[in-house]
Amino acid sequence: MSIQFKPEETFRDDFTYSNSDAAVLRFPFPFPEDAYMYSVNIEPHVPGGACPAYDNPFDVDEHYVAECRERAKVLEQDPSRCKVLPHMLAAEWDTLELLMESLATSYPGAFTLARAGTDWTWENRPLGIADRFTFGDAATLPLPPFEYITRQAQGDFTLQDQREDNLFIDGGMVTTQADWSLDFDVGMTFHQWHGPVPLAHQKGVFDRALKYLLRLQYGHPVRRLNWTMTINPRLDTSPENYPHWGPDRTTVTAENVGRKVHLRVELQSLFRLPRSNAILFGIRCYLCSIEDLARVDVWGKRLHRVLRDIHPDIADYKGLTRYRELAVEYLARFDDGAPLPAGTAPRQSTLPPKR
Amino acid sequence: MTAVTVRLRVAAAVRLSPSLRTFTFEAADGGLVPPSGPGAHLRLFLHLGGRLHRNAYSLVASPDDRSHFSIIVRRVAASKGGSAFLHEQVREGDVIAAGLPANLFPVVRTAHRHLMVSGGIGLTPFLSYIAAFEAAGTPWELHHFCRVDERAVFEALLAGHPAARVHVHSGGAIGVLAEALGRQPLGTHFYTCGPAPLMDAAMELAVALGWPKARLHAESFGGAAEGGAPFVAVLRRSGLEIAVGPETSLLDAIEAAGVEAPCLCRGGACGQCLIEVAEGVPEHRDHFLDDEDRASNRFIMTCVSRSTTPRIVLDL
Repeated sequence: MSIQFKPEETFRDDFTYSNSDAAVLRFPFPFPEDAYMYSVNIEPHVPGGACPAYDNPFDVDEHYVAECRERAKVLEQDPSRCKVLPHMLAAEWDTLELLMESLATSYPGAFTLARAGTDWTWENRPLGIADRFTFGDAATLPLPPFEYITRQAQGDFTLQDQREDNLFIDGGMVTTQADWSLDFDVGMTFHQWHGPVPLAHQKGVFDRALKYLLRLQYGHPVRRLNWTMTINPRLDTSPENYPHWGPDRTTVTAENVGRKVHLRVELQSLFRLPRSNAILFGIRCYLCSIEDLARVDVWGKRLHRVLRDIHPDIADYKGLTRYRELAVEYLARFDDGAPLPAGTAPRQSTLPPKR
Repeated sequence: MTAVTVRLRVAAAVRLSPSLRTFTFEAADGGLVPPSGPGAHLRLFLHLGGRLHRNAYSLVASPDDRSHFSIIVRRVAASKGGSAFLHEQVREGDVIAAGLPANLFPVVRTAHRHLMVSGGIGLTPFLSYIAAFEAAGTPWELHHFCRVDERAVFEALLAGHPAARVHVHSGGAIGVLAEALGRQPLGTHFYTCGPAPLMDAAMELAVALGWPKARLHAESFGGAAEGGAPFVAVLRRSGLEIAVGPETSLLDAIEAAGVEAPCLCRGGACGQCLIEVAEGVPEHRDHFLDDEDRASNRFIMTCVSRSTTPRIVLDL
């Protein structure tokens, strides 16, 4: 399969990002039911299932080149978005090995990894990169191993060290985040960095999730979806840059709501890393305007119901409060109230034209 | 959880002593072996006498180049199982199935110094530790306890390391450890692997000397959460009777019988596989049910939990 990349699209300023019809249809829609509440919605990260985005360990799509360019811009302005504590060097090599092996296996037309012992050659054709280096010797790479490889992947990544029956967020590459800061969180324990989440602590979600993750096995990655909403297709909604994107929430009108309001879904994946025993957490961000989502009949209806009935604490935490009513009003026109089947599949293979 | 299996060819099998044999494995398909880290173990799947044995052995090196795995196997006295088979039957060129490496005894990467205490074959994980510490330049010290007649074997395995770091003790009591435990700088982590009495005594000594628990680590292959006594699950709605074998999970057995059961994480956390129990007493192994639910024995999480009674009736 050859992916048609859109290298020139942007996630800031003029926001030329858009999804092809095929990209809309493969969107990891996160709502299997009409109501949403926190749960430990973790499942094995194996191919197949409801969405083609699950077919590979690390999904590459039409936005790959543009997203890597956006990451480079963010890092140029703010190098603190990539940070790895010194004791995580083995996990850096683990990450490089996992990403290179997976990408080369999943997308042989785009990536090639050739190995002779520790003499490795990596070729990334979409980004025009070709490097030969010695695995395990950081001096032979142009950048530290974790930064080197995560600059060539879509989505954010964090590294969790496991010790004292806890996970510590001891590294990461975070440029496409939903309002959290690696620089602030680095070194925190599992419960500390989840501290701001409402309701879920009381439900014991984090206690159970931590116990489960401490037992995560090499070769058995798991995944879950998380979601929020973002005004304009902006990847970098960081606390550091809040002055740039916070005011966007005041620009939503009844006229532009369909185009401006985007559902932001994170395909979160967790991999036990074999050399370091750390956990790699992938946070792959997908953006789709609610106008495009409503072109999928069952998704437009379901999104209307979820947003209409969402718990106010969750709406506040996700920053939806200011424009939620406009979005619900907009989506109401697609919803006839008919019962919907459970599940997230689009149940159609083509999209009607945009309204 | 579906087991991922790798096929390994015995590239070398060398006898170190009458009861110790070292094996080097390469990938049977000619590719690379899976990566692993210090403290990881490999489970060999050995079919003996009509039964599947899954014997765990520490990997004694984790090479960057992934060209091979190495283990050392002690022949257990009067073994009717894996170790006798590996000592007496397995030849170079044979192919053996194994699981992916797993690690229940990882090194602490934030430690400033590592102190290791091993007994006999319990040295094996520390051989991979030492390789990693040497590569990273982290200070370490090892105290190894062994029988007099095996001293030369273990000294050979530790050859090349300075006497200031390696201390082999044979025939003596572990009292000598008090001095080593007493003079470690802050930031040192302590690890022990070997016969249970040795590990227990070493841990007790460390605690008595004021070591914080978070700095103490004892090897355990765990695995208790997998498998157990066989039992019969009766599915009330269909009347099906399903035999759950010692190596199979309840959920796997239900699925193998063609019955669709709810599940998601397959690790006892998400709560999706909860089923009501009509008769019988579950052995709870999940992280989902609270104490009250557990005590009531009204529910079971089929992905990890089993039955303490020979028969359990489920509302499924």
